[in-house]
Amino acid sequence: MAETLKFFLKKFFTVCLDILPIIVVIAFFQLLVLRAPFPNLQEALFGVFLVVLGLFIFIQGLETALFPIGEKMANQFALKGNAFWVIAFGFALGFSTTIAEPALTIIAQKAGNLAADAGAIKKEAESIDNYVLGLRLSVAFSVGLAIALGVLRIIKGWSLVGLIISGYCLVVFLTYFAPETIIGIAYDSGGITTSTITVPLVAALGIGLATSIRGRSPVLDGFGLIALASLNPVLFVMMYGIAIHGIK
Amino acid sequence: MQLLLDSLLGTIKDILPILFVIGFFQTVALKQKIPNFPRIAFGMMLVIIGLSIFLVGLEKGVFPIGIEMANQLSGSSFTGVSADASDAADVVVDAAKYLWVYVFAFMIGFSTTLAEPALIAVALKAREISTGAISPWGLRIAVALGVAIGISLGTYRIVVGTPLYVYIITGYIFLVIQTFLSPKMFVPLAYDCGGVTTSTVTVPLVAALGIGLATNVPGRSPLIDGFGLIAFASLFPMITVLGYAKIAEIISKRSVNK
Repeated sequence: MAETLKFFLKKFFTVCLDILPIIVVIAFFQLLVLRAPFPNLQEALFGVFLVVLGLFIFIQGLETALFPIGEKMANQFALKGNAFWVIAFGFALGFSTTIAEPALTIIAQKAGNLAADAGAIKKEAESIDNYVLGLRLSVAFSVGLAIALGVLRIIKGWSLVGLIISGYCLVVFLTYFAPETIIGIAYDSGGITTSTITVPLVAALGIGLATSIRGRSPVLDGFGLIALASLNPVLFVMMYGIAIHGIK
Repeated sequence: MQLLLDSLLGTIKDILPILFVIGFFQTVALKQKIPNFPRIAFGMMLVIIGLSIFLVGLEKGVFPIGIEMANQLSGSSFTGVSADASDAADVVVDAAKYLWVYVFAFMIGFSTTLAEPALIAVALKAREISTGAISPWGLRIAVALGVAIGISLGTYRIVVGTPLYVYIITGYIFLVIQTFLSPKMFVPLAYDCGGVTTSTVTVPLVAALGIGLATNVPGRSPLIDGFGLIAFASLFPMITVLGYAKIAEIISKRSVNK
């Protein structure tokens, strides 16, 4: 009993560590720089409490269910050596974990509301919802595609640098055509997508693959999936923007 | 309560694809039963409940805090910039008046990244597979500095209103040049550091900071100028990690030569 309690306390502390730096920095600014009380302190604190509680339960769930089975499947596919299935699995893994990613959910919603406020889309619940869903689907699809491409790269032994640099060139090219209202969201979407759920599973797939294929080094080939998964959404969200707002 | 229920329903929909992927690939591709089913089902239930509560908390707590900090640090009573200046895009803004915003952005970026569990895990793994050449603390500090500089510069960009792509594309060019000069072993790791650094709590906070700031600074639009901080936070760690790799290489060469 005491062991379990200790275990849970330790886990809880890890979650608090996520929030603690934010609280310390904000408290520092409130007390020493702004010298003003924080407005709506109670509601904000309650929100933070929900964040800590939710994150704690969420991570417990990830660790009991999703991570063990995800990592096991990633390793099995890596060992199986059937290129088609590994690539298909990579795509499905990238897509499904991105749709569930909480940071993306919340920021896509904000982007939808802001786009409606600014008049870029119609200010109706339905058109906002469609825009938000479209954003999330383009990001999820692009992450799936990126993981599939990354897996293919590990199997074929292509150079990561070449892929990334051509991706950058495409970003520059598309930026020229993309409407101004989508560029910020597009550039941000790369960093938003790769978060709590996606990173551990994708990293397991990459390192598992690179370890099991002869002639691949985990250092050189195992990393790099996340990099592709951060780059691809930028391209696809800009294309989404061009598709719904038209070319600038 | 209604909010929590809505969030719960949304979350179940969001988790369905993952369940489908696991079920499909286990039974069709790997032709195996799902191992330890009750445990997995219990874990999935925890994922759904936790995620729902977490999302409500982000919406009610973290996002408003980010907006509020932006409001306070860039509001007219603190900066002395008159708030009723017209919304025209050519308003000249005195960027120095927003100094505390940059400091705040730097501190938030540095502290949250240093404590980021995903980064700690990557740093340990990096040491393991590089057989000690990459020091976990060195890597973490390099990444945290990158995020801090990135977000801080990003808030400066929102204040002065330069288009986002100017910074990002310049950063890309710099990064490409660095890539060719860096020890090869570090490159994929450095590229990945851009993605792993920004956690689920930090991302909404930083996004809210950007949107709040763009709403307050005269002449900026939240939709066009408010986004972009996350992009900065993803780009700069790659640059600092490659820089760290280069410095580490030079130092180790020197000590070998002696």
